[in-house]
Amino acid sequence: MTDITTEKARIGAPSAQPFIDGFTEEGENLSPVNTGTNTSTTAEQPSAGPLGGASAKSHSHGGGVGIPDSSRAGRLTSYKLADFKPLNGLEEDWRFTPLKRLRGLHTEVLNGAAPTVSVTAPAGVVVETVGRDDKRIGQAAIPEDLVSANAWENFAEATVVTVPAELQAESEVSVLVTGAGEAPSAQHIVIVAERFSKAVVVLDHQGTAVVSENVEIIVEDGAELTVVSLQEWADTAVHASSQQAKIGRDAKFKHIVVSLGGDLVRVTPSTRFTAPGADVEMFGLYFADAGQHLEQRLFVDHAVANCKSRVLYKGALQGRNAHSVWVGDVLIRKEAEGTDTYEANRNLVLTDGARADSVPNLEIETGLIEGAGHASATGRFDDEHLFYLMARGIPEKVARRLVVRGFLNEIIQQIKVPAIEERLTAAVERELAATDN
Amino acid sequence: MSTLEIKDLHVSIETEQGTKEILKGVSLTIKTGETHAIMGPNGSGKSTLASTIAGHPRYTVTSGTITLDGEDVLEMSVDERARAGVFLAMQYPVEVPGVTMTNFLRTAKTAIDGEAPALRTWTKDVKAAMQQLRIDADFAQRNVNEGFSGGEKKRVEILQLELFKPKFAVLDETDSGLDVDALKVVSEGVNRAHETGNMGTLLITHYTRILRYIKPDFVHVFVDGKVVEEGGPELADRLEEEGYDRYAAGAGVAVAPAVQA
Repeated sequence: MTDITTEKARIGAPSAQPFIDGFTEEGENLSPVNTGTNTSTTAEQPSAGPLGGASAKSHSHGGGVGIPDSSRAGRLTSYKLADFKPLNGLEEDWRFTPLKRLRGLHTEVLNGAAPTVSVTAPAGVVVETVGRDDKRIGQAAIPEDLVSANAWENFAEATVVTVPAELQAESEVSVLVTGAGEAPSAQHIVIVAERFSKAVVVLDHQGTAVVSENVEIIVEDGAELTVVSLQEWADTAVHASSQQAKIGRDAKFKHIVVSLGGDLVRVTPSTRFTAPGADVEMFGLYFADAGQHLEQRLFVDHAVANCKSRVLYKGALQGRNAHSVWVGDVLIRKEAEGTDTYEANRNLVLTDGARADSVPNLEIETGLIEGAGHASATGRFDDEHLFYLMARGIPEKVARRLVVRGFLNEIIQQIKVPAIEERLTAAVERELAATDN
Repeated sequence: MSTLEIKDLHVSIETEQGTKEILKGVSLTIKTGETHAIMGPNGSGKSTLASTIAGHPRYTVTSGTITLDGEDVLEMSVDERARAGVFLAMQYPVEVPGVTMTNFLRTAKTAIDGEAPALRTWTKDVKAAMQQLRIDADFAQRNVNEGFSGGEKKRVEILQLELFKPKFAVLDETDSGLDVDALKVVSEGVNRAHETGNMGTLLITHYTRILRYIKPDFVHVFVDGKVVEEGGPELADRLEEEGYDRYAAGAGVAVAPAVQA
């Protein structure tokens, strides 16, 4: 049996009346095996915000455990590890993560050798290695969970990549992060795109590591930055990565997460709008094999007016106990009038025994928005698809590849760095070749 | 000249109530250049015959044979049947996520021919065939059948028929759900494929309407998993006037002798 779960979406906090026509407290039903569940809505009446008085009530999750935060905005953030309670796995943001497999990232002092960082950058881009007291550290991020705080408390030095004002970087900045062994370690990277600059930065994670990483990203006014985070770790690697971006006025930010290798990879990207007119795209691609746990939890914080965000994560799963988790939190605050947002997650389950969890959360505190929508679909590559393609002469293996390649290519082609695109296409082919055996 | 021969075919499916026999001894011979219409009321087993020929895993052949020029079709996998020259235009084509029409058509053509088509002529052929079937050029970039209307899906089935050039085409209620204009366009496509002189056609339909545009050489009437009457095109005309009621009237129907060998 294939275990496919798609949780019901929830929108905002519970209230007796749906605050958007057609939506109940629990959101619309998302079919568990689904090829096109797709919803989009525009809030029309500026009714009382869902976070009003009722926000303190907890709401139930379909099959979930623990008490979820009443609002994503209410989550504890701190630079101090001691402020976070020890994890027991029932916390809302850890309930899908097998803590045992974190290999101490949540319990040990992270003083193992940090992965080595080597940066290849085009002319004009400044690369520095700095100590903990550098003033740029802490400008964009503040830990939102214990594992991130643990890294913050323990990292020895940070790599800072700065794209100076108005520089149009002529090629991508490649930040190669190579694991230095399996002792739990901490990593810190800062990426600054100064005003009106334009660049692509690729964080390329390879080798073996047990590491908690904080990536701070500052996209200043009018800058245009793409950050691609590739996780092509060796099989035993454990990686938690908090990637927080602060977005300036009229800035454009594209963030792409690609998780393929590692035993447990948990990426938590967030983007915070700080001034109007900005545009954020967040993409993700993951391919979970037997036994692999690939988790992505993103947060888009529409804290100011007239910003736009688009989120699309796509994942393929194959093999026993392949597990993917996608949680997409989008918060439209009261001030964020004119917001335009849409988030979607699609999963393709290729074999029996895999499990995809997908939870879109959309909180809307103002009705004066352009649009807000979300969609989640977890489908199986099923016998009817296979029959159709085979009835056209296409052998089974080729048919399977055709579908997966096409499914994931939508994300790969967003990267727009030909060398990386080719590498990922080849990596997906390797993943598929593994199914054939 | 090729021959597709179906002999005393018995087919069953598994249902919650147990095994159910759908086809109860069907025999049929189709030769290159011939068009056979299979007509019958809902539930008579017409579509089961189509899916069984193509090899859909839902259907189990309990006895009987299907051969293509003497080769045992039932021994072949679904893709082998297609490569041997059998094409099924499906009643409900599925949407295939993530695969563009362009990519799909080229991959299928390559599989069927055993070699990749010459890119230049292939692109031209696809374009021309799409134009003739009045399929918008932008469909080529869309995913297979994704978001297509019922009529668009059927046109795309016929597009494949024209491009893949099978020895035998099985059209499973291709006409259902089409308006008159679309019906004409689709019929013209089938007729073009037929006029090449290298194809035999098995046209499965509930209505006689499509037979105004595609002229059958033989008409077979299906009731309850069996052929109950066979004849020439005039049988279709009679059915148009009288409907299937007289067959449904009971077991007393005399089966007319087969008009063809």
